[in-house]
Amino acid sequence: MTDQANGPRGFAMTRRRLILGGSLAGGAMIVGYAATHPAEIGGAILSGGGKDPPESAFGAFIRIDPDGQVTIVNRQQELGQGIHAGIAAIVAEELDADWARVRVIDARSNFRAYGLQGSAGSNSIASNWDLMRAAGAAARSMFVDAAALRWQVPRRLIEVRDGIVFHAASNRQATFGELLADAARQTPPQTPRLKTPDAYRLIGTDRVRRKDSLPKSTGAQRYAQDVRHPGMLIAMVAHSPRFGGRIARYDVSDAWRVKGVVDAFAIETGVAVVAETTIAARRGREALRIEWDDRAAEKRSSADLQRQYHDIAEGRSDLSPEDFAMRGEGAAPAADAIEFAFDFPYLAHAPMETLDCVAQVNGWNVKLTSGSHLPIVDQVQAARAALTLPGKVDVEVVPAGGSFGRRGILPADYIVEAVRIARRTRGRPVKLIWTREDDLTGGYYRPMSHHRVAVALGADGLPDQWCFRSVCQALLPVGGNAQAVEGMADSPYLSTARTIDGKLYTPDIGVPVSFWRSVGHSHSAMVMEHVIDQLARRVGRDPAAYRRQLYVRAGATRRIEVLDTLCEKGGWGRPIEAGWARGMAVHEAFGTTVGQIAEVRMDGGRPVVRRVVAVVDCGIAVAPDQIRAQMEGGIGFGLSAALHGKITLRDGIVEQTNFDTHPILRMSEMPAVETHILPRTTPPTGMGEPGVPPIAPAVANAALVLTGRATRGLPFAVG
Amino acid sequence: MPIELKVNGRIARVDDDGDTPLLWVLRDTLGLTGTKYGCGIAQCGACTVHIDGQPVRSCAFPIDAVGASAITTIEGAVGPEADAIRAAWVARDVPQCGFCQSGQIMSAIALLRTAPQPTDADIDRAMGGNLCRCATYNRIRAAIHDAARATATPT
Ligand code: FES
Ligand code: FES
Repeated sequence: MTDQANGPRGFAMTRRRLILGGSLAGGAMIVGYAATHPAEIGGAILSGGGKDPPESAFGAFIRIDPDGQVTIVNRQQELGQGIHAGIAAIVAEELDADWARVRVIDARSNFRAYGLQGSAGSNSIASNWDLMRAAGAAARSMFVDAAALRWQVPRRLIEVRDGIVFHAASNRQATFGELLADAARQTPPQTPRLKTPDAYRLIGTDRVRRKDSLPKSTGAQRYAQDVRHPGMLIAMVAHSPRFGGRIARYDVSDAWRVKGVVDAFAIETGVAVVAETTIAARRGREALRIEWDDRAAEKRSSADLQRQYHDIAEGRSDLSPEDFAMRGEGAAPAADAIEFAFDFPYLAHAPMETLDCVAQVNGWNVKLTSGSHLPIVDQVQAARAALTLPGKVDVEVVPAGGSFGRRGILPADYIVEAVRIARRTRGRPVKLIWTREDDLTGGYYRPMSHHRVAVALGADGLPDQWCFRSVCQALLPVGGNAQAVEGMADSPYLSTARTIDGKLYTPDIGVPVSFWRSVGHSHSAMVMEHVIDQLARRVGRDPAAYRRQLYVRAGATRRIEVLDTLCEKGGWGRPIEAGWARGMAVHEAFGTTVGQIAEVRMDGGRPVVRRVVAVVDCGIAVAPDQIRAQMEGGIGFGLSAALHGKITLRDGIVEQTNFDTHPILRMSEMPAVETHILPRTTPPTGMGEPGVPPIAPAVANAALVLTGRATRGLPFAVG
Repeated sequence: MPIELKVNGRIARVDDDGDTPLLWVLRDTLGLTGTKYGCGIAQCGACTVHIDGQPVRSCAFPIDAVGASAITTIEGAVGPEADAIRAAWVARDVPQCGFCQSGQIMSAIALLRTAPQPTDADIDRAMGGNLCRCATYNRIRAAIHDAARATATPT
């Protein structure tokens, strides 16, 4: 998972061919990449009608100003995960810049300059590792060349530290700013020498800190919700209460009478109200009268769907499955096989900033301001909605108030909606705002799923046969449904089995689904890790020792190391107060392995978690404090889903509409988190998602110790 | 008839209807966008401001109920508690996406003013209405304790 060509899943991303370039523009030195192949995959189409970035003929990644200020252009999206700090640290390390003089800005969407922009699959650190290191090292080399020339000394005797270039023997030194004009004239090396990890001074230290904590603590940070343009209008849309419902009849006359309402009209996804203020848009929307045509709508309830999923898993449907794991004869489960079943609900992302986007359409030109998660997708979808070329769409990417996948869906639903409305306001910018109700009832959930597992044990007590029947909607319209079983199909626990029969059913349901932080791992970790504890119990073995034996058999070295450290740091096997128990889980997602031990007690049938000890192997730890932050956040997000998370339908209508009916984790429910990062010299892997999957099974495994009862689904039932 | 509001020490005259929630007057009319919308029904705390020093959910507080009371938003939060809270927030890199943090900070400042040395239970109670989807709760708790220590008057 360290291939730099790793793109968002679902995309074909080819390795860009890049040439490093440098130049002096407006007094500043710019270092970046130029694509050699104008016709490379999609490039011509995506940049059609577009202009190159303003400063230069190539994508600027580093800009150094005469005063020594280093600006790093972050082509990844800041969704809260702190990626800007990691990217900047990678550049600053190779550049030997002064970290205090480094700032980070977000790249505008520009395919020619930055390639496919998008943060997905926790790929940001991994996919930028080689690229950004090379850019930093090339810039450093240009300063060294400039100094060698100026001082007439061999370049190998020149050192750089904290933005100062120096030659110790002659006691000469110069700042980046002082060497700037000369450095910009040097040719950047195409394969600059990179540091080996033992030479790192910044990476892996707690000096790598977020650059946005101050603006995010003063109210100054600007999100899409905060954008104000002169003449800007606010829009809201009344959507069909059922997925797939269409407008039969509508009447906007009362909405028109609301003070501040400017326009109201039907668009493809509902009836839009455009107003001078947010409150007028909301009141205007309340005054709409709409009759919906539900003939093609999804009208089933969650209980109906669950029944159907169970029927499908038992073979009582005409849906044919695909094999996702096969070994030996696809034999029926052995007579003495142990059976497990799990039900998982739809889950909403519910980022704290609801969906919003500012759009302005002027003829062929479209301007968007958005907390984009996949700017390139937003650009293409906006162009389609505005009947223009992608290169005519300029996306100003601002930090998002969370996404967790919701802002990164391929139909770019809210972006398209904003553009459609902006086409009607003739050049006036429009800010589309979804209310929390729109957000929770608006679909693109983590899919609900049902899983049956049967395991037969061999004489050695280890699994000899695994049978899976999984039922889960596909996340993408094309390209299969592999995400539904990621983490199951490739589990090391399958290694000892002589026969494996994994079947996946992909039903077609009218509820839109999408990527949700950790994707298929959000349920597969629960399946595998809770089953493994129950198997260990069945044969009277310690769950840690049982796991370890399977990892050894599978040659899963990283998991062994994570497990051993976890047992040591988490006090595995040590006594704990009466009423409390420890549960563990170890899972790998997106190349990162995480183990967690949760300390749990039961309160009226509901688990209470007081502390979680976590161990992670994510390769070189670029920004350790952000790794810890993502572990804390991932555990909180996963625990929120495990304790409270569900979206349910009644006759096709979503029952959860706001935080009163859809609780999320609160301060008092958050366990203490202690994170241990394994020291590594392998290339870094992502951290935005892998902290999420293990927490639910770790808690379920502790509950199993306390109650003797297995957990058959999430969220944990009360009572 | 225009309504007069005392916001961050200044008088603002607004034309909004009296039943308009304070949140939207702050954001849309006065351009004070540091206060965020997260739910609109007093369930998330993102819109927390102070009215006469009390933390209030501005999304569910109509402007005609404000009267002569003083409104303080994140932009106008000053004083020893506010400074200590902000410094602690930055020192610990509390924010992730940051969207909830204006509200968190306003609740935390109000807490420190009433309970200068809050216990964990005090924090749970005072901060229970401020949701953070990024789950930055542990850092929030630690930063409140830091700020409490920093503002403690030596005896
Ligand atoms: S927006 Fe006011 S409490 Fe959520
Ligand atoms: S920091 Fe993202 S919601 Fe709190």
